[in-house]
Amino acid sequence: MTRPSTVSDTRRGDTATDPPAPGPGTTRQRGRQPRPGRGGVLAVFLAPALALFLLLVIAPILVAGYASLYKWNGFGLPENFVGLDNYTRAFGDPTFRGDLWRGFVLVLLSLAVQLPAALALAMLLNQPLRGRAAYRLIFFAPYVLSEVTTAVLFTLVFSPNRGLGESVSSWLGADAGAIFADPDTVLFAVFLVVSWKYFGLYMMLFLAARQGIPKELSEAAVTDGATAWQAFRHVTLPLLGPTIRISIFLSVIGTIQLFDMVWVLTGGGPIHTSETMAVTMYQYGFRRFEVGYASAISIVMFLLSLVFALFYQRIVLRRDTAGAITNQGGQR
Amino acid sequence: MTARTSGAQRTRSIVLHLICIGVGALIVVPVWFGVIGGFKDNGQLSTNPLGLPDPWVPENYTDLFASGVFWRQLGNSLLIAVSSTVIVVGAAAMAAFVFARYAFRGREFLVTLFAIGLMFPFAVAILPLFVLLRSMGLLDNPLGVILPQAAFGLPITIIILRQFFRTIPAEVEEAAVLDGCSSFGFFWRVLLPMARPALATVSVLAVVTSWNNFMLPLVVFSDQSWWTLPVGVQAFQGQYADDTARVLAYVVLSMIPALGFYAVAERQLVGGLTGSVKG
Repeated sequence: MTRPSTVSDTRRGDTATDPPAPGPGTTRQRGRQPRPGRGGVLAVFLAPALALFLLLVIAPILVAGYASLYKWNGFGLPENFVGLDNYTRAFGDPTFRGDLWRGFVLVLLSLAVQLPAALALAMLLNQPLRGRAAYRLIFFAPYVLSEVTTAVLFTLVFSPNRGLGESVSSWLGADAGAIFADPDTVLFAVFLVVSWKYFGLYMMLFLAARQGIPKELSEAAVTDGATAWQAFRHVTLPLLGPTIRISIFLSVIGTIQLFDMVWVLTGGGPIHTSETMAVTMYQYGFRRFEVGYASAISIVMFLLSLVFALFYQRIVLRRDTAGAITNQGGQR
Repeated sequence: MTARTSGAQRTRSIVLHLICIGVGALIVVPVWFGVIGGFKDNGQLSTNPLGLPDPWVPENYTDLFASGVFWRQLGNSLLIAVSSTVIVVGAAAMAAFVFARYAFRGREFLVTLFAIGLMFPFAVAILPLFVLLRSMGLLDNPLGVILPQAAFGLPITIIILRQFFRTIPAEVEEAAVLDGCSSFGFFWRVLLPMARPALATVSVLAVVTSWNNFMLPLVVFSDQSWWTLPVGVQAFQGQYADDTARVLAYVVLSMIPALGFYAVAERQLVGGLTGSVKG
């Protein structure tokens, strides 16, 4: 980015100084009267957001928690209480256990391939290079396409008879047209399409972070005799730490909820080899009407996200001012 | 010496360009395949997937323009994106104003509650949300998509706007109050106009999120006349599985609004995304 956004700009100054909230709080400190009718103002301004959020975000999570304890087809009220049976069933189900494993593999692939590639490209686009604005624009473009559009496009690109897959196969000498049909390759194929769409996002985050680091730092290292790689490894990379950690976080949370792409590309098949937790949940909830069981899977997804997020915020992000939750806690 | 340096620099710059062009090709070639594939018939697609069409077959595109289904879905996507954005930005701006400029008991709890909401993906809540929407009679009703989308967009919008509102000096508010502004007057006539860049950023994020949403409209709309573009594209692929060229044309048409919007609002989108991970 040549021009950093106003938001990130002001944000940077903001987190650094962290001023106390202005308004009645500070006025009171100066010994003035609090503003009259304050409670009413608060209620009026908070009501729409709170109502929407409690009714459509919090309540559904609670309902899912409740429904997960019942055997329920989604109609009428749940009556057949089964305790934690849905959860023990899930963890005994090879498909669901496979979902967890496949999620783990996708996260590993992303850490090993997608994020390093995005980082390398960001460093590359940080060099003075003619036309880099155009490259940046193109690399980031897939991010605005919906997962569905991307998935349909790639289904056709690799369609056995009429796609590019045939041509690619003849160059590579391998059967590229069948990567979505072969249980051994389908997960990697899904990963490739996910990376195609999302690497530009990570590249953009790294690029913005890189441009926030003063040039003088790595220049000073080079002046002191460091090679370009040493300057990157020991100066730039540590300073990119917060952004790298946030990217890992986004990647894990994104993988836990991966649905659209898989649903359109493969439907989870062949024989569950590309299925994710969200796809399993959809199958049971909306196709087989086992709403209780599907709710248990939702809750596991939620708990995984929550536990991971809290753990990550405490252990990994503690040093960064970046984490939303730790940030809130440390404010006043 | 100078000649050698500039020679090395030139080699280096050529290598960098080659890498960029290689990566760019990975992105452009599939899209190119779609765009020109839409101008072919299926026979041409099997024999000549990458070359220019011969002859050009515009019917795949013109049929879609004439059919009305595409326009209907485009309109639905637009209606839902705009409504969701107006609601989420309005509600979030009011809440962010209070969170940024008032100290009150329970504030940090509420802020944390919304922040935790960042981790609630649709996929987790979709099932109970569906049951809830059904009991409220909001299935096959655009509000059944608009309101939940607005609700799920609140956390990120509130966090970005709150950070921005906190940077506006208290003196501005004091001056407005001295001039006789009520809290609402200050919010409406002073704060919001000052926050225009931040509002643009969160609006762009909300529009893109809504535009690309698939799971919620998929379960809420069983009535085809409400389908949005992502749902429509997926269904079209199922319906015309044998007619690859026609599906390519539909995919390409559905990409155009998103890419056009990206061309116009790239700066806000990037600013919003890079800004939001810092908060």
